[in-house]
Amino acid sequence: MSILTSQVSDRPAFVAEQFDDIDQQRDAAKLGMWIFLATEVLFFGGLFLAYTIYRFTYGHVFVDASRRLDVVLGGTNTAVLLVSSLLMALGVRAAQLDHRRLLVRLLLGTAFLGCVFMSIKAVEYHNDFVEHLVPGAHFEWKGPDPHNAELFFWIYFAMTGLHAIHVTVGIGILLVLALLAWRGKFSGGNYSQIEITGLYWHFIDIVWVFLFPLLYLVGHR
Amino acid sequence: MTSATEIDIRTEGVAAPANYLNINLGVRSWLLTTDHKRIGILYLWTILIFFVIASVAAALMRIELLTPQGDLVTSETYNKLFTTHGVLMVWFFLIPSIPAVLGNFVLPMMIGARDVAFPKLNLFSWYLFVAGGALTLWSLVRGGVDTGWTFYTPYSTTYANSHVISMAAGVFVAGFSSIITGMNFMTTTHKMRAPGLTWFRLPLFVWSLYATSLILVLATPVLAITLALMSVERFWGVGIFDPKLGGDPILFQHLFWFYSHPAVYIMILPGMGVISELITCFSRKRIFGYGFVAAASMAIAVLGFLVWGHHMFVSSQSIYAGMVFSVLSFLVAIPSAIKVFNWTATLHKGSVSFQTPMLYALGFIGLFTIGGMTGLFLATLAVDVHVHDSYFVIAHFHYIMVGGMVMAFMGGLHYWWPKITGRLYPEFAGKLAAMITFIGFNLTFFPQFILGYLGMPRRYHAYPPEFQVFNVLSTAGASILGIGYLLPLIYFLWSLKFGRVAGPNPWRATGLEWQTSSPPPKDNFERTPIVTDGPYAYSAEEDVDLNLASV
Repeated sequence: MSILTSQVSDRPAFVAEQFDDIDQQRDAAKLGMWIFLATEVLFFGGLFLAYTIYRFTYGHVFVDASRRLDVVLGGTNTAVLLVSSLLMALGVRAAQLDHRRLLVRLLLGTAFLGCVFMSIKAVEYHNDFVEHLVPGAHFEWKGPDPHNAELFFWIYFAMTGLHAIHVTVGIGILLVLALLAWRGKFSGGNYSQIEITGLYWHFIDIVWVFLFPLLYLVGHR
Repeated sequence: MTSATEIDIRTEGVAAPANYLNINLGVRSWLLTTDHKRIGILYLWTILIFFVIASVAAALMRIELLTPQGDLVTSETYNKLFTTHGVLMVWFFLIPSIPAVLGNFVLPMMIGARDVAFPKLNLFSWYLFVAGGALTLWSLVRGGVDTGWTFYTPYSTTYANSHVISMAAGVFVAGFSSIITGMNFMTTTHKMRAPGLTWFRLPLFVWSLYATSLILVLATPVLAITLALMSVERFWGVGIFDPKLGGDPILFQHLFWFYSHPAVYIMILPGMGVISELITCFSRKRIFGYGFVAAASMAIAVLGFLVWGHHMFVSSQSIYAGMVFSVLSFLVAIPSAIKVFNWTATLHKGSVSFQTPMLYALGFIGLFTIGGMTGLFLATLAVDVHVHDSYFVIAHFHYIMVGGMVMAFMGGLHYWWPKITGRLYPEFAGKLAAMITFIGFNLTFFPQFILGYLGMPRRYHAYPPEFQVFNVLSTAGASILGIGYLLPLIYFLWSLKFGRVAGPNPWRATGLEWQTSSPPPKDNFERTPIVTDGPYAYSAEEDVDLNLASV
């Protein structure tokens, strides 16, 4: 390898020292987030595999158990998350166009809808608890194959619980970004963090888009 | 060489004095560093601690196995010893060894970058690693875990009477440290290459780190969710692996090996990358068949995801699944053999010199070949039924992981030591240690092939008297191997103060990392290099004296 030299180009202050320019920084951030999301897909993948195997093995019980979930609340939550993703996408646009106030509002709006989602989820969990659907000592099931039904609810709580943890983390990140945006951190093309948070938020949304039919709709024809 | 001359060299140079080591001093500057080189050294010290603890566990096991009766430890303690040895060696030594230490140190330099793409995350990954290690050590202090490193259900979820959850939590946390490292390396390789450094001009170590990162990123999360589900089930009393609910404990094995077989390639691919660097440098030749060696790394990474069932031939898995997994496992031999043949062909008509790193590299080729060939025995369905869970398996994977990965790690550490510290290790002591390691390793593990073939099962602290002679040989070998590891520790520390000053490129190597001063400046290069040629532009005719032993 023969070595010549090249100049490091001029760059704005928010470009980290390891990068040559803002484009390299933005591309790296985006690629890093996509790789992280690939990790997340496989993280959820273990549970989706378990669901698939047991749905295949205990199909009828899963259908019966699925009917006990509240489709109206679940459906509302789906709508809430989809709208939140729209706000997030608009937020990325606002950041790119340097509209600071709009960006703050959209980030807060996204976080607010995330909170609405979590509240509805909490109501659902509460109802499940009252109806003795939480696996363990208090689980009660009148129909056939109660143990397999318990398995369904274990998977239901594991998948929605893991999803809820991701939503909570997302809300936290959005609130911090809103504060930073309000202080004007993301002006002048420095919108990488908004963009990759957007990717993460859409990922959370997509996971739910898969969870909703698998858990809530398999019992409804 | 006297210390006065060293000072002369240090103060004389105009461009050299400020480097990543002396730019700032003190504990704080190390614990808050985002410099990939310093993070590599933080990892080096951390994995050394885990290596020592895990080696002590291995030593206790080998002493116990000197006699057929269980006289040193009880069977429960023995269970905890092999669990400790396995968990620490796999997740806290082997997996971070080459990627997080040598990879962190040289990857950005090899591609002509100032740092990795995400330096803060890089530091964060070290803290996660330390936190995971602390959790694991805490569960050891509280009494240890007796499940084996595999955490098989339903034993781990229902019956084990030990600190399974905290140890699984430790592995879970350390797993995210691996994921971050993998993500960082992939992004760095994609986005941070110097001008002119195209993919097919990358050193093969970079290719192997890229393949490793792919596995780290795609396999580790599956282990994470599996251990999480196992722990929740243990805590909650019910779960998806619970046969009472209609759950399947074998599902745990599928998920576990979906990670842990690719993890075997996390533990060998980076070693293969190091060997490509060493073989070319010390035979002064371009690598034979660059494209094939690079592609073989990627092929091993991809095929590695499709062979996990060969760990489960006797788990009641369908015989047809077993046959498919068997065939796919044989396929892994093809890219592995391509590498071995290409390294050997690289030596052909090369100007070979037997420096310490080269001794480790040649040892690697031999031991990896034995490990790989015996892997074919195990991939054969019928033979595996006979030797499954026996010492044959133990010997096989130690030939890959210790004979392969640890030899490569030691070779790489000797090779880049002058770059890392600016000092040369004593060459004669280095060669001696390499030879001792090779002899000790073979004496430890070759008898275990015979033991396993004769039917001695793994994970027992007592055995029938007719196996004693092989066990005594093995323990004797382990003592020699221990000396082989202790020696480098001593002379590496010695060389920090008394070693000869290395200069930027003691091996006359062509990699970009050698084109900057030793130790390198904080930003690695004075100016970003521009690359105009492929790697390994060595010439066998060129007369280069690499004999540093006389010094």
